[in-house]
Amino acid sequence: MQKDFRLEWRQRAALNGMLLYVGSTVFVCYLSFSLRGGQLPAPAWNALFWIVLLFSAVNAVAKGFLQESRGRMLYYYTVVRPQAVILAKISYNALLLLGLALVAFGLYATVLGNPVQNVPLFVGNVVLGALGFASTLTLVSGIAAKATNSSTLMAVLGFPLMVPMLLLLIKVSKNALDGLEFDASQTSLLTLLALNMIVGAVSYLLFPFLWRS
Amino acid sequence: MSRRNWWKALSVVLLLYVAVAGLLMPVPRLAILNESIRNLYFHVPMWFGMTAILLASVYYSVRYLRTPTPELDIRAHEAARTGILMGLVGLATGSIWARFTWGAWWTNDPKLNGAAIAMLIYGAYLVLRSSFTDEQQRARISAIYNIFAFATAMPLFYILPRLTDSLHPGAGGNPAFAKYDLDSDMRLVFYPAVIGWTLLAFWLAQLASRVSLLKQKVYEKQLA
Repeated sequence: MQKDFRLEWRQRAALNGMLLYVGSTVFVCYLSFSLRGGQLPAPAWNALFWIVLLFSAVNAVAKGFLQESRGRMLYYYTVVRPQAVILAKISYNALLLLGLALVAFGLYATVLGNPVQNVPLFVGNVVLGALGFASTLTLVSGIAAKATNSSTLMAVLGFPLMVPMLLLLIKVSKNALDGLEFDASQTSLLTLLALNMIVGAVSYLLFPFLWRS
Repeated sequence: MSRRNWWKALSVVLLLYVAVAGLLMPVPRLAILNESIRNLYFHVPMWFGMTAILLASVYYSVRYLRTPTPELDIRAHEAARTGILMGLVGLATGSIWARFTWGAWWTNDPKLNGAAIAMLIYGAYLVLRSSFTDEQQRARISAIYNIFAFATAMPLFYILPRLTDSLHPGAGGNPAFAKYDLDSDMRLVFYPAVIGWTLLAFWLAQLASRVSLLKQKVYEKQLA
């Protein structure tokens, strides 16, 4: 599995592209809001942040399977177990998204101001979000890669599936923005964790079947 | 009538009873709800039926992944389609009810939005199916997505709305069944309604899959 992870890491040419993508998205947000002047209200700040993350996550993870060549898939197939592949892909994507999300948060907070009052909770929430997005989108991108119109399908399949997670994430991060106590978001965080585990377990179980074709 | 079809007769009898008794039996007088409380017999069973039929669809999908046969794929597909139909009827009955109780066709409520998003998830299932040319690949990949979709759609119905306050009956201190508004008279109609609509969903799915199977047979004969 570790070797597989390294294989993923080697083709990180896309990483710089993704960083640039996030950077320019944040900058576009900044420019379009700075025209009006004044601070962004906290709910809008929150919503915009998660929308930026959502779109960069879909774009980043879509590369995982769509850009795999047929030959390399065949090679993996002969060398490793499918479970190792999906775990490696999920953990790689989770790390990638985590990196992207933290960079996005940094940039975003610099240009649009940082109204977050409970930073540890917010960062913890972002970590859970990256993990959840990675486990949902990895399987979805695997599914979409098999179909003919894969880039449309990626969005159509991915967005509704991510909504339950996204609702919880936005709620918790709103709590973090308002500086509420940890207790206020405890149930949401636990549900988020449970949701992540369900999605991860289902991906783990289903991927071997997807892999066979 | 053969012995295997008793449940279809049961469904018809129960639904006739629900239609008559549901509209004529006395119901508790509650402020705002008034007569619209009768929607309980039509709106709520839709979601019970939808969950049951989608569960059946997942069951067929799991069986398909174990032993791939075209029949299991068709059954899973038709069950999912019936589930979507039940969900849409549930949304429609809920929307009409909301128009006369809350004064709006749609409100920004976690339960409503969750149901709508779950319908989007299953709509994506239909889109996914239509974007394959190879039949075996379509069957396997849509079976995979179906299981995945069920695992993510059910929290939308049963977990997320319970975490937030909601205008919908059954949440945030609003009356729901098992509270004071569902008296024993209403139970006499509500439980048969749930069973009747669920059986109807299974019947619809069965009929649809039989039509699909026959169509496939005719198609294969034409090819031969």
